[in-house]
Amino acid sequence: MPMFNGPVDERRVGRIRVIAPGPQSLIQDGGRTGFQHLGVSVSGAVDVDALNTGNRLVGNNPDAAAIEILLGGAEFVFEQTAVFALTGAETGATLDGVPLARNVSYSAHAAARLVLGMTGPGQGLRAYLAVAGGIDTPEVLGSRSTHVASEIGGVDGRALTAGDSLQIGEPPDAATSGNVFTSTGEGVKVPGSASGSREFSELPAVNVRVVLGPQDDEFSPNGIRTFLNSTYVVTDQSNRQGLRLDGPEVESRTGRYDIVSDAVVNGSIQVPGDGRPIVLLADRQTTGGYAKIATVATADLPLLGQAAPGTSITFASISVEESQELLAARSKRVLDPEPGRVVDPFSVRVDDQHVSVGVVENETARFDHVTHIARIAQIAQIDGVAYPISAERYTPAE
Amino acid sequence: MTEQAPADHRRVDDRAVEYPRIVPVGDSAVLIEFGSGIDPVVNARVYTFAGRIEAAGNPAVVELVPTYRSLLVQYNPRENNYAEMSSFLNDLVSGLEDSPGSAAEPTVIELPVVYGGEDGPDIEAVAEHAGLSTEEVIEIHSGTGYRVYMIGFAPGFPYLGGLDERIACPRLKTPRTRVPAGSVGIAESQTGVYPNAGPGGWRLIGRTAVKLFDPHVTATNASPSLISPGSEVRFVPVKSHANV
Repeated sequence: MPMFNGPVDERRVGRIRVIAPGPQSLIQDGGRTGFQHLGVSVSGAVDVDALNTGNRLVGNNPDAAAIEILLGGAEFVFEQTAVFALTGAETGATLDGVPLARNVSYSAHAAARLVLGMTGPGQGLRAYLAVAGGIDTPEVLGSRSTHVASEIGGVDGRALTAGDSLQIGEPPDAATSGNVFTSTGEGVKVPGSASGSREFSELPAVNVRVVLGPQDDEFSPNGIRTFLNSTYVVTDQSNRQGLRLDGPEVESRTGRYDIVSDAVVNGSIQVPGDGRPIVLLADRQTTGGYAKIATVATADLPLLGQAAPGTSITFASISVEESQELLAARSKRVLDPEPGRVVDPFSVRVDDQHVSVGVVENETARFDHVTHIARIAQIAQIDGVAYPISAERYTPAE
Repeated sequence: MTEQAPADHRRVDDRAVEYPRIVPVGDSAVLIEFGSGIDPVVNARVYTFAGRIEAAGNPAVVELVPTYRSLLVQYNPRENNYAEMSSFLNDLVSGLEDSPGSAAEPTVIELPVVYGGEDGPDIEAVAEHAGLSTEEVIEIHSGTGYRVYMIGFAPGFPYLGGLDERIACPRLKTPRTRVPAGSVGIAESQTGVYPNAGPGGWRLIGRTAVKLFDPHVTATNASPSLISPGSEVRFVPVKSHANV
């Protein structure tokens, strides 16, 4: 990748290589603000909770650039030692064969191989790989986020491909393995993420809070009732730009759905001529010409970023004030808590290496059992969650 | 203003809406509407108001998105709640009706366009809707200059007002998932150009090969967009893209 072979600080700067990107892997950060008046989409992570959580685990700014991995199925190699964390969808990821938990920071040794499996039904749609120092591709108009439709940001404005070698920024001093957000404070919500595989038809409906408007007066009272009392299903024509929903037609007041184009926001729900709502997400255009019946509460947007085709969605109307309270509560939940620490209660010998087994500090969790994994290392199962050995303590087999 | 504002035919049963009006857009934005139709005076008011907000320097304001007839104000609800932001905007909006719009001569940008064929697959539908020949549609569309009311939808995408009502045409009922870069389209009484390939519901009548947007501008203070709000665009019919 000659693109990113600029002068680098050999002492500190690492790289991560894409072996397989899966269905789609994109560099995303907090988004590209400040150019919407020129039609530039904000883009950024669609599950901001997962992006923020991952970055906080590795000591980054919450909005630093990470890799958003659609459906998993991706593979990466750390070319130098790096601290990283996985958040968002469950992908059954492994580091050199050692199973990893989500929402835990790990230290990868040079040449360590990170493999993400495919997400199962009900396990979420997008995983996030945050690396201490952030992904350090060039900023375009103030952001590293990839907007594929306009070919801006990321690597040449495109999704990652096998062979891409991405520069990692200088890791913050605070970067360390063993940080963990447990279920009480993880701030990562995955629709239907309870244990086990489920069929799409068995997924629980995602209830999304909305503030009506700005053009709810373009719809008939009957249309508003239909919108708030029906169950809609996410179609496979959905992407980062928006979720196209199937379900009962929302009736407009005049039989028309066009308005003079005006600005849209993350979570604007527009209704085109076929009467079926479209929820606009991170890659949305800056303006649109369809009437907008409602706006999703910002705190509920990450849910939609994880809503796979087939997910049922219902809408509940709340006030602006309630929506702002939800957002404040979201900040307290995702941005304020300090991560817990994985401590080393004991170490074990595996293949003549001393390795430490982690357990979460200040938790009542106990060891269920310790499982031998491959010939490399061991993990502890605590309340059904695997906490692997901190990876810098052993040498890979290969 | 050089062109006549087209009649707003959308709100056939227009209720007595008082403008300007301030409405919430979720928990982090507010919309100030100055009218319901395409009108150069209303549009000038939008940009005047945006200038006032910028001058006020309220740290709660995150970003302004001006459009034809309204201004979206994105704000940080941690700094100002909805009541505070509404009050701030209400105070600023008073007296705005009396202030004059910009009187500066617009910059004229000429875009060569190949009309019809695979470059403009909807031109027959537009002609049929208008009860005109495709040649007449081309003549009418390229026969006037258009005010850039706003940039939106895609990087550098100019929304142009002043389209002759004879060739106004509704959007497609279901948008295309991919429109080629440079496509020139019509939606109601608006016309515009798609700078990049992407989804869109406008009726496509032609295509230009000119690059409208460069995100990698390096010159200090240079805009990434060829076209800016307030300038004027003219479409020049050409036979092929070869000489562009």
